[in-house]
Amino acid sequence: MAKKRTKKKAASRTARTKGAAKKKRPAKKAPAQKKAKKKPARKPVAKKVTKKKATTKNAKRPAKKKTAKKKGTPATDAGLAKYKPEFLLGLYRDMLRTRATDDRLEALYKQGKLVAGCYSSRGQEGCSVGSTAALKPVDVIGPMIRNLGSILRHGIPPGMVFRNYLGRATGPTKGRDGSSHFGALEHNMIGPISMLASLIPVCAGAALAFQMRGEKRVALTWIGDGGSNVGDFHEGLNFAGVMKLPLVLVLENNQYAYSTPIEYQTAAKNFACRAEGYGIPGVTVDGNDILAMYEVTKAAVDRARRGQGPTLIEAITMRMRGHAIHDDAGYVPPELFAKWEKRDPILLFKRRLKRAKLLNKKLDDQIHAEVTAEIEAATEDAIAQPLPIGGISELHEVYA
Amino acid sequence: MSDPITYIQAITDAMAEEMRRDESVYCLGQDIGTYGGAFRATKGFLDEFGRSRCLDTPLSETAILGAAVGSAMMGMRPVAEMQFADFITNGFNMLVNFAAKSYYRWGAKVPMVVRLPTGGGTRGGPFHSTNPEAWFTRVPGLKVVTPATVRDAKGLMKAAIRDDNPVLYLEHKFLYRRIKDVMPAEEFEVEIGRARMVSEGDDVTLVTYGSMAYYAEKMLDQIEAEDGISIELIDLRSLLPLDEETILNSVRKTNRVVILHEDTKNGGLGGEIAARISEFAFEHLDAPIRRVASLDTPVPHAPQLEDAFMPQPEDIRAAILETATY
Repeated sequence: MAKKRTKKKAASRTARTKGAAKKKRPAKKAPAQKKAKKKPARKPVAKKVTKKKATTKNAKRPAKKKTAKKKGTPATDAGLAKYKPEFLLGLYRDMLRTRATDDRLEALYKQGKLVAGCYSSRGQEGCSVGSTAALKPVDVIGPMIRNLGSILRHGIPPGMVFRNYLGRATGPTKGRDGSSHFGALEHNMIGPISMLASLIPVCAGAALAFQMRGEKRVALTWIGDGGSNVGDFHEGLNFAGVMKLPLVLVLENNQYAYSTPIEYQTAAKNFACRAEGYGIPGVTVDGNDILAMYEVTKAAVDRARRGQGPTLIEAITMRMRGHAIHDDAGYVPPELFAKWEKRDPILLFKRRLKRAKLLNKKLDDQIHAEVTAEIEAATEDAIAQPLPIGGISELHEVYA
Repeated sequence: MSDPITYIQAITDAMAEEMRRDESVYCLGQDIGTYGGAFRATKGFLDEFGRSRCLDTPLSETAILGAAVGSAMMGMRPVAEMQFADFITNGFNMLVNFAAKSYYRWGAKVPMVVRLPTGGGTRGGPFHSTNPEAWFTRVPGLKVVTPATVRDAKGLMKAAIRDDNPVLYLEHKFLYRRIKDVMPAEEFEVEIGRARMVSEGDDVTLVTYGSMAYYAEKMLDQIEAEDGISIELIDLRSLLPLDEETILNSVRKTNRVVILHEDTKNGGLGGEIAARISEFAFEHLDAPIRRVASLDTPVPHAPQLEDAFMPQPEDIRAAILETATY
């Protein structure tokens, strides 16, 4: 998160909005990590930063709200003070729901109960929940396989996910597709296909529909560091840029595409710089800082809603499991996992909430208990659902 | 009675009428707005419907088809133009994986039309003459239609636009301005999935579609007069779904069948039709099923080569004669 949060900075919040912060990618072995910045930022970096500052360089970030100066708030965290506690706790809860769902699916997989693979989003909950929190319910999401948090945050019941992973007849695909590969138009969710980046042109098309009808809606979709090298990425973003479509693309740079590290995916210094080729803003953010993720996405979503076109957001994060659970990720250096384990998005946010006195053990326990109960109930319910019957007529339902 | 219109004008009229009738219908493609389309199918649309409903897009087939899919899921009814059918290869994934499977997978309707200026006979060479149907007629979830008459050009376009599924509309470039007809004054559409019985006959069934239906129809009288063979000519016009019933009923009546298409032979739709006939009407056959199709090469450019590549009237006539006298 862009933490320019010394007190004196908090006081002059509006003044600082235009300075570009410096960005730095948290972990990575690729050589040139830092982005060249052309803007003469004033005192570019927040000085006392803990280990990472996220940094967004969004030239046209809207002027911030004038914040009532919360003199009285705990001298801890001006960044949090801008938000209602229930919003912040909601983010926290949705990350927990995501992890609980992932963990439950992983357990089911290991018990041999899933129909096929299990694709964990562990470590990326901040990216998904934080970005999706910037949306209104009328907005459309096009989640990828590791955006379970986006699905849950946008209001899709976890039971749909379990039913689909379990291949149940009453699931969103009736057993015709698995994992989180489903859509739900009643929840404004477009389902992905396995061919990566295809969602970008498709979500651009959803955005096009909104634009044509004069609806103030936005489409948000995601891609990975690997998937961003498919041609659809280029065609979709270019199209969206030309048409100034209300589309936001979050590129989750989670360091690996299956076993392939990012230095084998691109020779560019980062992924956000690709935005320049499309004439749209490109921003880099710490994807494990959920509030930074929210803020950067919110600025992009607001911009899109105002009719100012798409934004590419590169979120730096880490995939904490293999490509799927069958993959032990032995190609990832253990030190890298260890380093990112300390930067777990849930852990980071929990600490921050506690420091700000928004969360204590009792409340934390209560939230955990509620989340566990919800996810357990969804699991039980899904397991109890009927399996599909392999009838011919059922199989032939290919036409609307 | 109004004046006769061309095949391409019928396509234009059908789109324009649907756009007037339904605000969710819009066109997108390369050079379709200011220029009116490479073949001028959307001439005048920019003036009548404005830039937002007649979108000039970047040169980006995947973006065009992806935008069509996404907007269709959001309730629009896009009509996407590929400048030539050949370029659909650049958007293949979007059609066969996204558009075709979404309804089956999770119930999302994708009401979109993809216009594909198709076929040879125009000396367009290997990249501007393709007959793409066999790439798609085996894809569950898609529909594939191809009109051979002016009336069908209009009626099938209307049906395609109103259909809730992705429909590939193969419009044959050779027919664009070669045929004319007078349209009925009243509104009409042509049902997708029904073949057109061009002429009833007793001796040989000739199953065809597209440009070959045009050629074949012109040969009927001559063959009947000179060879004494009565041909039952079927223009499929809907390739997926296929009107199997009409084909089989005809074969059961004539007991002899020739399948004719401009697409190349190997893996062409004719093979599927032949298989179904032998599967479901084998005992009715008095002669082997014969296929007449283009050579298994890319479509050549020079007239002498292209003519040799495509079925010619004498090839068709010879196949019919052999089948009739077997």
